Amino acid sequence: MTLFKSLMGAAAAVSLTAGVAMADPAVIFDLGGKFDKSFNEAGYNGAERWAKETGGKYLEIELKSEAQREQALRRFAETGANPIITMGFAMSAPLAEVAGDYPDTTFVTIDGWVQAPNVHVIGFSEQEGSYLVGMLAAQASKTGTVGFIGGMDIPLIRRFACGYAEGAKAVNPDAVVIANMTGTTPTAWNDPVKGSELTKAQIAQGADVVYAAAGGTGVGVLQTAADEGILSIGVDSNQNHLHPGKVLTSMLKRVDVAVYDALKAGDSLQPAIQTLGLAEDGVGYALDDNNASLISDDMKASVEAAKAKIISGEVSVHNYTSDDSCPALSF
Amino acid sequence: MDFLTLVQVLDSTVRLATPLLLACLAGLFSERAGIFDIGLEGKMLMAAFFSAAVAAMTGNVWMGLLAGIGSSLALSGLHGAASITFRGNQLISGVAINFLASGLTVLIAQSWFQQGGRTPSLLSGGRFEPIELPFAIGPTEATEAGRRLSDLLSEANVLQQIYSELISGHSIIVYIAGLCVFLTWWVLFRTRFGLRLRAVGENPAAVDTAGISVIRLRFAAVAICGILCGIAGAYLATGLQAGFVKEMTSGRGFIALAALIFAKWRPVAALWACLLFGLLQAIALRFQSIDLGGFVVPVQFMEALPYILTVVILAGFVGKAVPPKAGGQPYVKER
Repeated sequence: MTLFKSLMGAAAAVSLTAGVAMADPAVIFDLGGKFDKSFNEAGYNGAERWAKETGGKYLEIELKSEAQREQALRRFAETGANPIITMGFAMSAPLAEVAGDYPDTTFVTIDGWVQAPNVHVIGFSEQEGSYLVGMLAAQASKTGTVGFIGGMDIPLIRRFACGYAEGAKAVNPDAVVIANMTGTTPTAWNDPVKGSELTKAQIAQGADVVYAAAGGTGVGVLQTAADEGILSIGVDSNQNHLHPGKVLTSMLKRVDVAVYDALKAGDSLQPAIQTLGLAEDGVGYALDDNNASLISDDMKASVEAAKAKIISGEVSVHNYTSDDSCPALSF
Repeated sequence: MDFLTLVQVLDSTVRLATPLLLACLAGLFSERAGIFDIGLEGKMLMAAFFSAAVAAMTGNVWMGLLAGIGSSLALSGLHGAASITFRGNQLISGVAINFLASGLTVLIAQSWFQQGGRTPSLLSGGRFEPIELPFAIGPTEATEAGRRLSDLLSEANVLQQIYSELISGHSIIVYIAGLCVFLTWWVLFRTRFGLRLRAVGENPAAVDTAGISVIRLRFAAVAICGILCGIAGAYLATGLQAGFVKEMTSGRGFIALAALIFAKWRPVAALWACLLFGLLQAIALRFQSIDLGGFVVPVQFMEALPYILTVVILAGFVGKAVPPKAGGQPYVKER
C-alpha cells in the first residue's frame, strides 16, 4: 500500500512538473472532487471563468487521499506556481506546515484557517446565508418541523446548522429543527445512500423541508425529498435545477467569486483575512425559474428585510465557531 | 420511542442491509472456493456505475441490471485470471480492482455524460420502484385519502404497521436478496456442485485427485461472486438512489467482508450478520447520540461497532472464525 502510494505520488509529481510555465497559479481541489455540484465545483467554475476571460492557464489537482495534501502543496510551490489556491478546511493543517518554507509564494485558503504572513484567508459567513434559507424553510413548512442534514461533523457544518435553526425560529419560534450529521469521516461527503436514509428518518419525524449541507451526500437527500414529495434546500452552488419545482432554494456560497478574484489578483495578491458575508454578496439564496413558484412574494419580502437588517447590523446571526455553541440548536 | 419508530428503524435496516448481504454472499462463494476477494467494493462500484449509465441511456432498469452484472463479471474475470490462471496474489489483485473501479467509473462517467463523474438522474422506468404489496398502506392510499402517509401509518394497528412499513414497499432486489440466502445455503450444502466448491477451498489437491477441475470450479465461484456483486451495485444506484455518484459504495464492500468473517463463512449466519450491521447503521442514522440513563453513546461508536465486533470475533473471544484452509493460496499441481 505504501509502495503503491509513493508510486502514485511519483507519478503525480511527474505529471505536475511536465509542461509547467513559470508563475502559473494553481488550484488544489479537495477530496469531493471538482465536479461535486457543490463547493469544489463552484471553485472550479470561478477558475474556468478566469481562464476564459484572461486566456490564462492554471495548474490543478484533485486530491485523492489525505496523504497527498502536503505533497501537492510542496510540488506546486517548488514549480513556482503563484498564487496557490487551496479549497476546503482540511487544507489548514498541511498549509500551516508548508507555508513557512515558501515565503515568496502566496497561498490562499478558502474555508481554512492559517495564520501566516503569506497566507490569504477567505472565509464565508455561512450562518448568514443559512439564516435566510432557514427563514424560507420555516415559511414553506406546513408541519412546523424542518430538517438539516450535514456531511462530516465539523464545526464549519455546525455553523450552517446553527444559522439555519436561528432563521427558522425567527419566523416561527415554535419550529422544530432536526439536525443530523452523516458521519465523522470524509466518506460522509460521498454517501448518498446514507443521505437518503437520513431524509426518510427526518420525514418520519415530521420534517417537510430538508436542508442538505453535505457535498455529494446531498444528491441523495435532494433525490429522496423529491421522491417523497417534500421540499429540499441545496448548498454552495445553485442546485435548484436538480429537481425543478422540488428544491425550495439553495444557500449560495460564492466560492467562484472568491477563486476568480484571487486568480485575477495573481502575483499582486495581498495576504489578508477576508470574511465574505451578505454585505459582500459572499453568501445568499438562489432564486430562479426552477423555484419561482415555491417562493411567494411575502416570503421574498421577509427574507429581503432580514437581509437588510443583517447587513446593517440590526440582527446578528450567531457564529457557531466563535464559541462552539449554538443558542438555537443542540447537537 | 413508540412502536412505529421501531418499525421504521427496522425498515431502514432492511434497505441498508441488502447491499451488504448481496456482497457478503458474493464473498462467501468466492472465499469458500479458496479465492479471497477484497475487490467486492470495486465490483459493486463498477456495477453501480454501469447499471445507472445503461438505465439512463435505455430507460430500462433491467437492461441496467444486466449491464451492472456484466461489468462486475468482467472484473471477476480479471480477478480470476490474475489469481487462478496466473497464480498471482489474491489480495493484490483485489486491491487493484478497487483502484481500477474507483478511477474508471469517474473517468467513463465524465466522458459519457459530462456531469462531473456522475450519471444523469434516472426517471421512473430507469429505477427499481418500491413494490407495494396488496392491502399495505403506501403513497397511493395517502394520495387517495389526501393525507400524509406518516399520519395514516401512525393510526394503523400494529400488524398493519409492520406489514406496510417493514414487509411492503421495498424494491424487488430486496426480496431477491432474501431468496439468495436460502439459495446459497441450498447450493453449498445440498448439491454436488456445492460440496465440490467447499472442498476446493479446503483441500484442492483432493478435488483434483478425484478428477475434477480445480480451475473450472474456482472460476465458477468467482463468476457467481461477480453476479451477486453486480446485483448489489445495481441496487445501490438504481434501487436506493436514482443515479451513480462517485465512490457511492463508501466502504460497503469492506463491511460486507467484516460481516462474512462475523458469520464465519455461513450463509444463514451471513443474513443475521448483515442485518445486525444494517441495524447498527440505521440506529446511528436515526438517533445520533443515544442517552442510556446519563451515559451517552456517541454516534462514532455505533459506526465503529461492526469493525470492533469483527475484531472481537477474529481474536477468538466468541467462538473461533476459521477461514477455508486453502484460502488465499493459488493451486499448483504437483509435477
